[in-house]
Amino acid sequence: MPPVTPSARRAQLTGNRIRERRLVRGIKQAELAEAVGISASYLNLIEHNRRRIGGKLLVALARALDVEPAQLSEGADATLYDALQSAAQALPAPFGARPETDRIDELAGRFPGWTALIAAQQKRIAALDALVEGLRDRLGHDPVLAESMHEVLSTVAAIRSTADILVREPDLEAVWRSRFHRNLHEEAERLSTRATALLRHFEAEEEDAGSRAASTPIETVEAMFEAAGHHFPAIEAEGWAAIPGVIARAAGMEDPATRDLAERLLTAYADDAARLPLALVRPAAEAAGYDPAALLALGAGDVALVLRRLATLPRQAALGEGAPPFGLAVCDGSGALIFRRRLTAFSIPRFGAGCPLWPLYRALGRPGQPEAALIEMPQGARFRAWAVSQPAAPAGFGEAPVMQAVMLVTPAEALRSPAPAGPVIAAGPGCHLCPRTECPARR
Amino acid sequence: MGGRILLVEDEGNILEAIGFILSRAGWEVQGHGNGATALDAVARTGPDLIVLDVMLPGRSGLEILRDLRARPETAELPVLMLTAKGQARDRETALELGANAYLTKPFSNADLLATVTRLAEARAATGRG
Repeated sequence: MPPVTPSARRAQLTGNRIRERRLVRGIKQAELAEAVGISASYLNLIEHNRRRIGGKLLVALARALDVEPAQLSEGADATLYDALQSAAQALPAPFGARPETDRIDELAGRFPGWTALIAAQQKRIAALDALVEGLRDRLGHDPVLAESMHEVLSTVAAIRSTADILVREPDLEAVWRSRFHRNLHEEAERLSTRATALLRHFEAEEEDAGSRAASTPIETVEAMFEAAGHHFPAIEAEGWAAIPGVIARAAGMEDPATRDLAERLLTAYADDAARLPLALVRPAAEAAGYDPAALLALGAGDVALVLRRLATLPRQAALGEGAPPFGLAVCDGSGALIFRRRLTAFSIPRFGAGCPLWPLYRALGRPGQPEAALIEMPQGARFRAWAVSQPAAPAGFGEAPVMQAVMLVTPAEALRSPAPAGPVIAAGPGCHLCPRTECPARR
Repeated sequence: MGGRILLVEDEGNILEAIGFILSRAGWEVQGHGNGATALDAVARTGPDLIVLDVMLPGRSGLEILRDLRARPETAELPVLMLTAKGQARDRETALELGANAYLTKPFSNADLLATVTRLAEARAATGRG
């Protein structure tokens, strides 16, 4: 018998989750079966994991049970799952009992509070690790720091040599003695100025670090976008004029850097809305079943604009209506993620780069050529992804353009249109969160 | 032990202190505080040994060292580099470029004298001193 992979095991538990959810809602098996148009005996086989399900039936069951389909097929939210998986992997080897990573769903189901605590701590550890890494890098390469260290050490060197002469040369001529005393005094003064400047440099560093650990400008601004569901009706209606009002109502905008970033990203949002108004994109997207491939003409050649606009469409409360859950990742030419719209089941790392196998990065290598792909995450969830890289701003003659890549993702079952033919990309959430230890792209 | 020594160091008080102790030890000492014109100073004074700081105004001590090694007349000239503590990469680069020894600031006068003496003796032993 082939070994049971974690993704297969998670898929097998879909039946258990459907059953649990049905019992919680107090619905009889026959009632649920009738609601989704299957026989009670077939539902019974599904609930006992004897039949694998997906596609329309899963969506219908999820709707009848009032949950997201991913919650039935995936169990614990993928972000939480990844956080626990990475907490387990980060554990030093001689720890004693290994965490039961095959029972994460069970843990999350039975102890949601403790699970959230582990995930939150893991996130904090990752943030602190990134901070330490950044500071270490800074210490090694900061030219200002290197120069002030050199100045301090030079002053100390002068003091040490001069003091040594004064102590070891008892018969020093008066003229030399007074000269060295004066030098010593001069160097002591210089040392106190230079040491104070150096300490100030570290204090500034610490303040930066403190606010960075709490929340970076991009995190605060992304939280503002999250809170609005990445859709700002005021900007859609009034354009750029509505931006100050949006910022005034958002939390955490006291910091000038955060405010600047919010202004910049909301201006980009307003630019996009002006070029592809909601009145145009919403009906067209609805008619096309939200498939970006059928909507490219809307962007008049700007594929990234279409992808970004789809990620800002309002979602409806009821399943199957309104835009499907879209996630968005934007990276610059170095691959660093500069903007994200998170998706419950598709985690995008907060620090560092995403998975090197994402079409986002493939698109960077083929500027201007739109990519569509089917991705399978380590837990077995499948996502459709569309990506393109384009110049972020027009370049002058003879200038190399500054490139930016955009990737839109949505759960595979969320769209009616068939997924693209071709191999499924076995990707992950980014190497430091990914359990695929044998992956050739792993760092 | 004696001979001509060129100190390339921009901190005047270090120059004065180590110039003093090297003079007392019998060396004829010349000081120079600018990286950009250090090679001219070498050509002008024809030293038997150089004490060269890494961080100098005008031009880095490492670049000066590279040029010294590239010129036949100074390719074998003993060079003692002064680097700052913690700048391990500077020390590695200095040795790769052909520095004969290095001292990290802050150093003791005794270490400086001992190193200079060792370099001079090694040079004398090869018959070029």
